[in-house]
Amino acid sequence: MTEDERKADELDRRLRDVRQAYNTGVGKPSGSTGGSAGGGGEKLGVGMRIAVEMVAGVVAGAFLGLMADRWLGTKPWLLIVGFILGCGAAFLNVYRVAQAEEKRGKAERDAVSKK
Amino acid sequence: MAGPLEQFTIHNVTDPLFTIGNHPIAVTNSAIFMLGAVAISSVLLLAGAGKGAMIPGRVQALAEIFYEFIGNMVRDNVGSAGRKYFPFIFSLFIFTLFGNVLGLMPYGFTFTSHIAVTFFMAASIFLAVTLIGLFKHGLRFFSLFFPHGAPLFTAPILIPIELVSYLSRPISLSVRLFANMTVGHVLLKVLAGFVVALGIFGAVPLAVLVAITALELLVAVLQAYIFTILSCIYLNDALHLH
Repeated sequence: MTEDERKADELDRRLRDVRQAYNTGVGKPSGSTGGSAGGGGEKLGVGMRIAVEMVAGVVAGAFLGLMADRWLGTKPWLLIVGFILGCGAAFLNVYRVAQAEEKRGKAERDAVSKK
Repeated sequence: MAGPLEQFTIHNVTDPLFTIGNHPIAVTNSAIFMLGAVAISSVLLLAGAGKGAMIPGRVQALAEIFYEFIGNMVRDNVGSAGRKYFPFIFSLFIFTLFGNVLGLMPYGFTFTSHIAVTFFMAASIFLAVTLIGLFKHGLRFFSLFFPHGAPLFTAPILIPIELVSYLSRPISLSVRLFANMTVGHVLLKVLAGFVVALGIFGAVPLAVLVAITALELLVAVLQAYIFTILSCIYLNDALHLH
């Protein structure tokens, strides 16, 4: 019985340690694949993201404008407004992707130079 | 010879089972591959989780790699608040991954190469994330549409742009996956056509084809990864508002 209790305590302690390490990110295995999916593939992914983001904003804006036009009967005007807003949104999205990428790249460079 | 787009045709495998409105619903090749993706991944993961051995065997190690990969992704991108949504994110990743990779098998059908499928997934994620944000923050959720610290008089321009940018999310999410899968499969088919047409010189496109197949495998995994990580990022935006 006491042997079992000792074992249970030991397990409790180990669980607590692991949980703490998990939450602080200390005990994270160094070979974990949490953030990246391999060198060249990652760049390819970023390129695709930016390319699609450029189109998606314009499509969303134009579609909304077109639907609003059909609803309100103001034929070309809301489509034009929507298209322009969509271009703005597309630029914003591309800018955000690029900004996040740059931040990530900088963090990676810092990590490398620290080593 | 079959055209490069013929691989995407959907045909009924069974007789129509029932109708919704006037549209007969039958089991299609697309549905079979979806069920196949679910079945294969379920068997694989259940077999991996069943034993729970201290020293994992091959299948258990695979299941653990998947689990850890998504676990880290959710923690890094959403934080501890995202732990609740881990089962959904995990299922999403496994379903997309198996759909993409099963489509690369000979005689395979890629259901993720249909915008109807990817847009349905993206739209449900978009709706769910928006509702989660609304329930969690109430009306404060709409502060997402006005960048923090911008001067107030820019609001009439910024708010519509942010709104369109937000609404473009399901489009970019679905089009990216659909376009990548469709383009890859069309490319493979066109190059395979050259192999037959060029006779003895067909060895050149054949060699290219081998390389492209490897690239497509990379794209298949990568796009499942990107689809999932972007869902995580959107979830994070809704949970934490900037």
